[in-house]
Amino acid sequence: MDPNSLTFIFLNAALINNFVLALFLGLCPFLGVSAKKETAWNMGLATMFVMLVSSISAYGINWILVKFDIEFLRLICYIAVIASAVQLVEMAVKKFSPSLFRALGIFLPLITTNCAILGLALFQTFREYDFLQSLAFSTGAGVGFTIALMLMAGLREKLELAKLPSVSQGAAMSLMLAGLLSLAFMGFAGLGGSHA
Amino acid sequence: MSALPNQQETVTLDTFMRGLWEENPVFVMLLGLCPVLAVTNSTMNAIAMGLATLFVLVASSTLVSLLRKMIPKQVRIATYIIIIATFVTIVDYVIQAISLDLYNALGAFIQLIVVNCVILGRAEAYASKQKVGAAIVNAVGMGVGFTIALLCLGTVRELLGAGTILGFQIFSNNFEPWVVMILPPGGFFVLGAWLLLFEYLKQRKEQKLLAAEGATANGS
Amino acid sequence: MSSAEKVQAHLQPQTPSFAMLRTLGGVAMLSGLLVVLAFQFTKPIIEENKRIAIEKAVSHVIPGVVSKKDFLLSAEGLFPADGDKTAKGEKIYAAYGANGELKGIALEAAATGYQDVIRILYGYNQDCQCVTGIKILKMAETPGLGDKIAFDPDFLKNFEALDARLNGQKSGLENAIVTVKHGSKREQWQIDSISGATISSKAIGRMINESGQRMFPLIIKHLDALRIGQKG
Repeated sequence: MDPNSLTFIFLNAALINNFVLALFLGLCPFLGVSAKKETAWNMGLATMFVMLVSSISAYGINWILVKFDIEFLRLICYIAVIASAVQLVEMAVKKFSPSLFRALGIFLPLITTNCAILGLALFQTFREYDFLQSLAFSTGAGVGFTIALMLMAGLREKLELAKLPSVSQGAAMSLMLAGLLSLAFMGFAGLGGSHA
Repeated sequence: MSALPNQQETVTLDTFMRGLWEENPVFVMLLGLCPVLAVTNSTMNAIAMGLATLFVLVASSTLVSLLRKMIPKQVRIATYIIIIATFVTIVDYVIQAISLDLYNALGAFIQLIVVNCVILGRAEAYASKQKVGAAIVNAVGMGVGFTIALLCLGTVRELLGAGTILGFQIFSNNFEPWVVMILPPGGFFVLGAWLLLFEYLKQRKEQKLLAAEGATANGS
Repeated sequence: MSSAEKVQAHLQPQTPSFAMLRTLGGVAMLSGLLVVLAFQFTKPIIEENKRIAIEKAVSHVIPGVVSKKDFLLSAEGLFPADGDKTAKGEKIYAAYGANGELKGIALEAAATGYQDVIRILYGYNQDCQCVTGIKILKMAETPGLGDKIAFDPDFLKNFEALDARLNGQKSGLENAIVTVKHGSKREQWQIDSISGATISSKAIGRMINESGQRMFPLIIKHLDALRIGQKG
């Protein structure tokens, strides 16, 4: 598959190089908000949305930075603009769709400091994606994040009532589960090149 | 996390040691996990990442503490983030100047130090309230604690996954490397194993304390 | 702002806006200054590092290189890389020996491997019309399996003189470069794959074939300009 095709970029971000399970981005919400499937779903949606917004803004800023030849300010600009974009989105959602705000509300500010968002912006710049490719990349990353979060929440709900040794409760157990999921996701490698 | 003193803290050994053990950012507070797992597939990467984080942590804590009386509450987070991003950019360029290979191995994770919650957490919870001296000592403690945690993961993963430490062969050629350890799942497994170990030690200590208390209660 | 909100704003003790602006502006200026200083100080060192890295890679794929010159090559023509900014094309490195003779051309190629994109630099010799060496620039193949493409001596032997002759019309390769099953290499244009690293080996064959079909005819077409490149 052509490494620059939109399908490949999408699949690569969602499955092969899953943001959480292969690149370790966004671990805080992955471990923190994955106890219940419902919250995990809302968190996933909110992240996907923010990823799209910040991917578009990052694309715009980078265009300006390259134009004026001041790329050394990239990191500072990205973080500032992403943080304010999330704030703006939060205000807009609050005003125009209170029901959506109730569903996403508390998650939006949490997401700003999620390294998956900044990571997405940085990766899309390093890989020199054009606008459509950036969109495919951010959607893929968001979908991948939601999948990982939902799978984790499913596993943890199952384990809630299981008998575990007292030392393995809490974070250690979650990490072991994440390791198993990550192992399973390695099976997706080769999706891009196997049929050539 | 223990309650932080709102009044000025006098600098003691504890200001430094707290970051190493009691409030270790990785093993106890579970903060900044992204770089901990992502770049610890070799000892060298772990050291470089640890030192880079240490520098950013100390520099930004110093500046935040110096400016603490001038920063209005409403814009404090924005100010902290700008300060942190500045030092991260500097580290980014310095690492590129030192070694391109190292820079390529760490990739975007140097720039992602910006969103490492350990640093923003220190700025918000400690440096913004304390004198410069205390802030620096505390930041160094936290940074060293973070580096030690990275090393704990890096050495174990490199040793099991490649049979080497810092590139030197440790096991004989008969050793079949557990390749999975330097792949992403290995990061999760090794950190999980360390947490299990610490939890076990903690529980054993508590049980001993209980037993000791019981003994004194019986004796009296 | 509605009047009710205005009253509320007056009731709450507020930090004056100028204090916020002063702090944010001051911090922004300070950070800008620091970043620019760091950038200016490290820029020459970083550029030197990058130059050395590329030179090392080029001399790895083309033996006996003394100097190199960068060009942009596309169907529209051949341009010096440091000249006209509007010129577009793929970057190639012409490598010259001690007497200024053209030793070969180094090109970049990329294709999807097992885990992610694999990027290589490879050398092309215009006299034997063959590939003279490859160097992996970037990959994320599985350690112990796919990553053998970077150092497996038998695999790298494929690229010491990989046949890449042009066809009669000089429009493409006479024989497409293909990766074959381990141990079944019969022809000079075939690449003997590594067993256990099939997808990674195939990716290398695919990227060289794709890049070669496109670039080698162009190189031969502009050979005279490339030969005098160093003196001109």
